[in-house]
Amino acid sequence: MIELDRIERDFVVGDETIHALNQVSLSLPDGDYVSVMGPSGSGKSTLLNVLGLLDRPNSGRYRLDGVETTEQAEEQRASLRRNHIGFVFQAFHLVPRLTAADNVGLPMLLAGVDPRKRRVRVQEVLDSLDLTERGHHRPDQLSGGQRQRVAIGRAIVMRPGLLLADEPTGNLDQHAGSEVVALLEQLNASGITLVVVTHDPTIGRRARRRVRMVDGRIKSDIQADAHD
Amino acid sequence: MRTTDVMQFAFGSLAGARSRTLLMLLAMSIGVASVVVLTALGEGARRYVVGEFAQLGTHLLIMLPGRSETTGGAPPLFGETPRDLTLGDALALLRDRSITRVAPLTVGNAPVSRGSREREVTVIGATHDFFPVRHLEIGSGRPLPAIDPERSANVAVLGSGLRQELFGGQRVLGQWVRINDRRFRVIGVLADGGESLGQNLDDMVVIPVASAQNLFDTPSLFRILIQARSEADIPRAQLAARDIIRERHDGEDDVTIITQDALLNTFDGILRALTYTVGGIAAISLAVAGILIMNVMLVAVSQRVAEIGLLKALGAPEQQVLRLFLVESILLASAGAALGVLVATIAIFVLRYLFPVFPIAAPLWAPLAAVGVAVATGLLFGVLPARRAARLDPVRALTGR
Repeated sequence: MIELDRIERDFVVGDETIHALNQVSLSLPDGDYVSVMGPSGSGKSTLLNVLGLLDRPNSGRYRLDGVETTEQAEEQRASLRRNHIGFVFQAFHLVPRLTAADNVGLPMLLAGVDPRKRRVRVQEVLDSLDLTERGHHRPDQLSGGQRQRVAIGRAIVMRPGLLLADEPTGNLDQHAGSEVVALLEQLNASGITLVVVTHDPTIGRRARRRVRMVDGRIKSDIQADAHD
Repeated sequence: MRTTDVMQFAFGSLAGARSRTLLMLLAMSIGVASVVVLTALGEGARRYVVGEFAQLGTHLLIMLPGRSETTGGAPPLFGETPRDLTLGDALALLRDRSITRVAPLTVGNAPVSRGSREREVTVIGATHDFFPVRHLEIGSGRPLPAIDPERSANVAVLGSGLRQELFGGQRVLGQWVRINDRRFRVIGVLADGGESLGQNLDDMVVIPVASAQNLFDTPSLFRILIQARSEADIPRAQLAARDIIRERHDGEDDVTIITQDALLNTFDGILRALTYTVGGIAAISLAVAGILIMNVMLVAVSQRVAEIGLLKALGAPEQQVLRLFLVESILLASAGAALGVLVATIAIFVLRYLFPVFPIAAPLWAPLAAVGVAVATGLLFGVLPARRAARLDPVRALTGR
């Protein structure tokens, strides 16, 4: 369960203050599937960063699974990120020198999980992503779609409750893009809360719930019954 | 994060940036190697000089006529003329139990000839005890006989170089040489002694001290070598020798006694200081290497901004990122230091091979200190880049803003 209550996030650029998030309140039940759309600079990435505990709001309340996060120390926020949140980025952000398996296992490595348990879990994730044969490949030996699947594997390896995707298909062609979306939806179907930030209306329309942002405010928040 | 994982991760990122890593290893190893090699050279010089002094003999005191101290005050109007040291003085020294041997010496230059060959060499008037006191080895024949030092005898022991020049390959023992206008029978030849404190032992001839006094027509001695019974007896022997001479010289304290250890300690101290200085100068190159590490690590941090942002997004707290980068610096510094010690060891080995006479050896503290300083440098200069990495804003880092 995610509750945002009157979140404000301001940036100072020169002597001008930009309200990237302006009184944003949002409540996401577990297992929700939300797309966030809007023009550039509307604050959708900032919203995602706040949701992902990467950015701290200037004011407002953010409760993640009942835990108030805005007052927490960086250390605790890092721990929440590690255990409850998975990120998928437009540019994949795989570590180029690490193999696919090591990239997937990176969060567990940072969490200090026993190497044997790590290997088992990583193999499990690779199998589920249809990357069994690619475990020993480095990112530059993988196609774009495969890279994004490795990145998704990394995002879910710690079994988070919340998956945040920032333009997950932005660097992919049509085919690879729809594969990645299908994979994300499959994960959502198994219970994970999915938030996708996108420019692409066809992807945005697939979500059950569509949030539209303009100038740091939520313009509309539509609950659809089924896929269009 | 597990320690082995930290090490592996840091190692991986070093191996991932090969040219950067090699550059830093090179800098660090040059720094460490120069510290070790230069201190080894300094230590070699010290050992060389100490060795030279040890060759002089053990538990040795040297007595010279005249006082070397300056006393200050008015210039002595009724100046004390130092008395000469005599054979009697020398033999009197043996009264004290702390003195085992004395070697009274008279030294002068004289032509030594055999047939038509003639050489101007140093003539040393000495006694039988001169040989053990000075650690002189006989190559063939015998040393001077153990006769009453007051008696002269027409026998001579030649230095090996002189022997070669006068006799060539011919038989020498029992032959006669002429020193000034006196004839001496050759009874021994010194072993190849090389040099001792710049004095070439090969070009000299040793004859009984009484004969030398006759030859140079002087009753006085050039100096007296005194051997104390043991290391511990040296101060006592020094006091006793001074007392005995004062008593014999009507209460005048007119000799100078130099202990070999005092000389040795002086040189030892000077050369040790020299070694430290050279080592310290070389340590500057370590500092330079440290600054290079800092620079390259800073570049590495800015090159790996996205990776650092990612680590933070994946839940690595600041402390962990800090640790990862510090471990990288320390790994680099230690590997560079290890490489440097290896290079230095090889260099010392080669130098030793090229200059066998010069006892080059790194003192034990040198590699330890060099490696310690290197690792400390890595840590010190690693802190700034690591902190910069740890404090990166993950949002900015990931978007490249």
